[in-house]
Amino acid sequence: MATNTALDTSHDDAHHVDAHHGDDHGPSDRFFVMVAVALAIMTLVEVLATEVGIPAPWTTVFLLVLMVIKFLTVTSLFMHLKWDNKLFSLLFYTGLVLSVGVYVVALACFQFFAG
Amino acid sequence: MSDAVLDHAAAAHDDHDDHGGHGAHSATGLSNNKLAMWLFLGSDCLLFGGLISTYMLYRGRVQEGPNPNSLYNIPFTSVSSFVLLMSSLTMVLAVTAAKRRDDRRTRIWLTTTALLGAAFVGAQVFEFTSFYRRGLGFTTSLFGSSFYTLTGFHGVHVTVGVIMLLSVVAILLRGRIPGDKAEVVELIGLYWHFVDIVWIIIFTVVYLIPS
Repeated sequence: MATNTALDTSHDDAHHVDAHHGDDHGPSDRFFVMVAVALAIMTLVEVLATEVGIPAPWTTVFLLVLMVIKFLTVTSLFMHLKWDNKLFSLLFYTGLVLSVGVYVVALACFQFFAG
Repeated sequence: MSDAVLDHAAAAHDDHDDHGGHGAHSATGLSNNKLAMWLFLGSDCLLFGGLISTYMLYRGRVQEGPNPNSLYNIPFTSVSSFVLLMSSLTMVLAVTAAKRRDDRRTRIWLTTTALLGAAFVGAQVFEFTSFYRRGLGFTTSLFGSSFYTLTGFHGVHVTVGVIMLLSVVAILLRGRIPGDKAEVVELIGLYWHFVDIVWIIIFTVVYLIPS
């Protein structure tokens, strides 16, 4: 009886640790909610930046920087690349870099950046 | 002796999970299904890269009809962007619930994700019909063609995602998913998050960056 009580207590402690930290299954739900809130705030900041009247080149730079931050946040945290095997990152980012490179070259051929 | 047997069984179970449950063996030690999904997403970057760069080229080519500045309703599109962002949150909550073997919460979050995705598609359809009524058809100008093609392809991706989500919910209700349920939900989650990150780019490049 005393042994069973001890086992039950240790099980409860382990469950409490898992529920609080989500150690067995990655980050906790609360962490993801906070990330989503941060992404929503960044989106709001982006929209406000277009309304404020900052000169066009700087607005574009600011929006692109925020876009990249949001992109990397979703890929590394929501898509779990941060905690997964690096081969997955290699596959995805290779495709991404190839895509960006090819289409930057294509746009340059059409003199997009000269205008 | 019995502890060693238990440890071996636990290790085998962990390996079983790492190798994608009941999926095929992989030379890399990783799930073939997950590798294939990442490879697909990497290739889908090339598709959307082409569509986005074509839009960037043709955005200023307004031979007739309205131009972007007179058309876009940023507050409305911001709300639909927020909806899609929240669907990414509910999707990741579904994945964590699936990993905890909490089937009920998995179904709830998957259904919520599907509803939010459907709401986003509905907002896109409303936006398209609004633009069409204001004179921007698919063949009106190069801007119109590239805009509708880009956002239309994205909308189709979202729609396919919604269908997949609802299908998985239905199959979960019947308890018929073979292998590791968590991996199935995770794979759909990867697709859904990809759709969201493409929209992050589209929203910025198409709607926010001044033309």
